[in-house]
Amino acid sequence: MENVKRTRYASLALFMIIVIVIPFVVKSPYLITIGIFIGLYALISLGLSLLMGYAGQVSMGQSAFYGIGAYVSAILTMKCGVNPWLAMILAALFSTFMAGLLGMVVLRLEGHLLAVATLALCIVFYTIFAQWKSMTGGVDGMPGIPKLSIGGFTLTRDVHYYYLIWAFLTVILIFSFNVVDSRVGRALRSIHHFQGGSEMAAKSLGISPMKYKIQVFMLSAAYAGIAGSLYVHWLSLVTPSSFGFLTSIYPLIIVSLGGQGSLWGAIIGAAVFFIVAEAFRALVPILKPGTSGEYEILAWGLMIILVMQFLPRGLVSIPDILRGKGKTKG
Amino acid sequence: MSIYDQLLQFLIAGISIGSIYAVMGLGFMIVYSVTRVINFAQGEFAMLGGMLSTVFYAKGLPLSFSILCAVLITSAFGMFLHRTVIYPIRTAPVFTLVLATFGASIAIRGISLIIWGTDFRILPPFSKLGAMHLAGAMINIQAVWVIGTTLLMAIVLFLFFEYTVPGKAFRASSINALGASLMGIKTERMGAIAFGLAAGLGALAGAVVTPMMTTSSEIGLGLAIKGFISAIIGGLNRIEGIIVGGLALGILEAFGAGLIHSGFKDVIPLLIFLVVLNFRRGGLLGDPEAGKI
Repeated sequence: MENVKRTRYASLALFMIIVIVIPFVVKSPYLITIGIFIGLYALISLGLSLLMGYAGQVSMGQSAFYGIGAYVSAILTMKCGVNPWLAMILAALFSTFMAGLLGMVVLRLEGHLLAVATLALCIVFYTIFAQWKSMTGGVDGMPGIPKLSIGGFTLTRDVHYYYLIWAFLTVILIFSFNVVDSRVGRALRSIHHFQGGSEMAAKSLGISPMKYKIQVFMLSAAYAGIAGSLYVHWLSLVTPSSFGFLTSIYPLIIVSLGGQGSLWGAIIGAAVFFIVAEAFRALVPILKPGTSGEYEILAWGLMIILVMQFLPRGLVSIPDILRGKGKTKG
Repeated sequence: MSIYDQLLQFLIAGISIGSIYAVMGLGFMIVYSVTRVINFAQGEFAMLGGMLSTVFYAKGLPLSFSILCAVLITSAFGMFLHRTVIYPIRTAPVFTLVLATFGASIAIRGISLIIWGTDFRILPPFSKLGAMHLAGAMINIQAVWVIGTTLLMAIVLFLFFEYTVPGKAFRASSINALGASLMGIKTERMGAIAFGLAAGLGALAGAVVTPMMTTSSEIGLGLAIKGFISAIIGGLNRIEGIIVGGLALGILEAFGAGLIHSGFKDVIPLLIFLVVLNFRRGGLLGDPEAGKI
């Protein structure tokens, strides 16, 4: 256990150094925005990773909570003049609250039905965002959402938000490690069969699987809600198109890409997911002028297929595979 | 036009779009029954069916021959997809396979965007009649084609599964793969047949609906979602259940859009199903145990 902790602190330190150094190396403003998106999706995926890897529940509806966070923040600051930071807290709380309410209905289902029910959440909330014109501004959305400020200093530039979002991500990552090591985390591992547990055995020991499933669902919604709030204060604009079906699917892909049941996997997955797509976006026009985003879509698709085929346990399993090979040689 | 005529019109619109959802749902069922995979590339088969038909038709081929070519090519492509994406990892956890089908769906859309762009394309109606009057309601003749084709596909599928040797072999593999393989059935081949069949059905549905609703590179995912919902409502294991599921989805959508607000058409059936799912875990019509895995 001590060893695990030491590796974890070392990894965290390395992670923080990389995050801090990147803007000094990468000068392109465009790449900084990619860094922001990696951070936001890593945040959503971290919650989904807890839900999938530890509670064994699939959600195709994380975009709903991302959107709730975004719209609550936007509406409170624009219509009620609430301070953006307070709005962010309220947005995260409301998103968590909605997940608790909806989780009581949805998490009673299993397997494919759970997938359909969470998919329904995604579609229902998308429709609310797009159709409740008086509140959300409809398809055109709401422009002019105030920027965040810290002690009189207004965060205006992309790089400010890059640091802010990755600072949030770091804190939430540490918090998530503690969740995994806590009573809740142990209870979850006892439920989830991938982690060697059994729902039946857990029940017989007095652990209520439903209670823990709902708690993790709420936690994942809180993460997504915070991400949504950060997103709108950075962009100063909210439109429903940011919260469609693919916004729910990307975190699923990211978690599987990184590796289910690994919190680092969520962050590594998000980074690789966006960097590969960007590499394609940058390279293809050089090789074949006059093309645009289509190749990026193709690259995403092929990347998912290849990772599922060759690394079903995700990118975090690469060191194990390499080590395993080293052993057989030695 | 009286309110009853309007309701009749909504009903027919709902049935025609619902029959497309039902065919999509049948595609999900066929693939699921032997591979246990929810194939989210199913919608792309319908997209390919529609797009390829428009491409061949634009090249000057007769309409029926264009559609036949599109269906055959898509069907072959379905088998290719199984061989390259699913078959190599058939022993992986189901969730891995499902995500791989998502990858396939995204990749196919990417290829289609590269080749054909984002334009909407259309085919001419299958009959020259245009519209038909039925008790005061105006009915698009193409809707009759859509409903008729779907019905025909469902009947052929039913006869295939119930009365032909390959169909029975297929069902045997879906019920007990080991038992079937001991009886000399080549269960390995069944996955490819399932993908080919599902792709062909999807392509035909996509082609038939194109004169009515147009097609484009990006329609696949939306159709896959609707087909998936229909299949789950129907219980994933019964042809008749999935057809009723798809029709119910289409009809509720049409009435929701017509009577309440077109923006809410996707939501109304889902809200109803969410409530119902809480009472019947196995879908509306299927075996209550089917939802458990």
